[in-house]
Amino acid sequence: MRIRRRHLVPPEADPSRGIELVGVHHAYAERTALNGIDLRLTEHRVGVLGANGSGKSTFARLLNGLVVPTDGQVVVDGLDTRTAVREVRRRVGFVFQDPDAQIVHPTVAEDVGYGLENQQVPPAERTERVAEILDRYGLAGHADHPAHLLSGGQKQLLAIAGVLVMRPARVVFDEPTTLLDLVNARRIARVIAELSQAVVVVTHDLELLEDFDRVLVIDAGRLAEDGPPEQSIRAYRKLMADR
Amino acid sequence: MSLALYVPRSSPAHRTPAGAKVFALLALSVLVFVLPTLPVALAALAGVLVVGLGVARLPAALLARQVRVVAVWVLTIVAVHAVLTDLLLGVTTAVRLLALVLAAAVVTATTRVTAMVAVVECVAAPLRLVGVRPARIGLVLAMTLRFIPLVAERADRIREAQAARGGSRRGLRAMTTLVVPLLVQLLQLAHTISEALDARGADDPASRRVVREAA
Repeated sequence: MRIRRRHLVPPEADPSRGIELVGVHHAYAERTALNGIDLRLTEHRVGVLGANGSGKSTFARLLNGLVVPTDGQVVVDGLDTRTAVREVRRRVGFVFQDPDAQIVHPTVAEDVGYGLENQQVPPAERTERVAEILDRYGLAGHADHPAHLLSGGQKQLLAIAGVLVMRPARVVFDEPTTLLDLVNARRIARVIAELSQAVVVVTHDLELLEDFDRVLVIDAGRLAEDGPPEQSIRAYRKLMADR
Repeated sequence: MSLALYVPRSSPAHRTPAGAKVFALLALSVLVFVLPTLPVALAALAGVLVVGLGVARLPAALLARQVRVVAVWVLTIVAVHAVLTDLLLGVTTAVRLLALVLAAAVVTATTRVTAMVAVVECVAAPLRLVGVRPARIGLVLAMTLRFIPLVAERADRIREAQAARGGSRRGLRAMTTLVVPLLVQLLQLAHTISEALDARGADDPASRRVVREAA
């Protein structure tokens, strides 16, 4: 493998293509995480269910190029995650399970502004967009507060704000409610429901997926079910009960 | 543990550019060392208090906390000088130290981390010549401030978990049983943080793209 630097015209995105996974296989050393996944996701809200270690977090990471498949191809809005990873990451925001691992600046407003700095958004517009999103998520009063003093729910809102302020076309959530109490979990569910962006949500929270357009069930690295929420949740419950 | 350094206020001290404040701090340090007399040290201390309490309207408790942190050193300096040299020199040195510690606290409390990071990046700009990216140095500084409390919190959780199962919370054994799980947790955290940085465009210079191709 050699690395070659060259100037390229950024590839054009085609949102109508949605997310396409073609013959995707991924392994960490000897352990296979995903095997033989072929999918096309064009729905607005897609849920992903699976037991611990089933490969669903790997699946989520494939969608914005954090993980590149060992074999096969992941194409997001016409952009291959292998060759256009930066364009893919600009289009696909990613919210992690643990907000503490995602908040990288000491204070709330500074952290929200971080992604905009990377996008080279001018300071005046940056300040305006940060203020707007903090206000939208009820964090305006905490703008100058240290991030580590926020509650768990506020931290998750901050993590989401830090992604949404970058105005991605799609957002992937990796278990966004797992560390939260019921009130905060419902709050995050409302935030996700109100998003105009297409979302993919990996979760164990079955209630969260009830109104989704499509739900996938991943088991042992393979697609075990793919259908409307009711059908997939039933299949997931059966899968868990049979263990 | 709190590293709540910035105190939000609308004051001339807060509005002064970070670079000017850092330069003023530097100038004050040079001044009190070039003119090591008690009147100069007292004037510097008084000036810092006027700026901190009067202009920036910082809580007196914040400055008092800084004084408490260095109180032992200040008293030790005075005592050592009283015994070995003379009391006046000890008091002068102690007042000088206090003035600089409080001046640094005032600068920190009136300057956002991002503004301070921008100063660091500016100072580190010449390092570009040897291939170092100043923005990376600034990010490391900001992340250090962000993650110190988190690391302390994780260490506390491990100590509590060990204590809950009968482990000792003190002594060498407690330290060794803390270090390994803490290190493992921090390595896992570091991996996720690096993913989060990538996901938020940390390595996204719009002008240059790297294409990986099989040879």
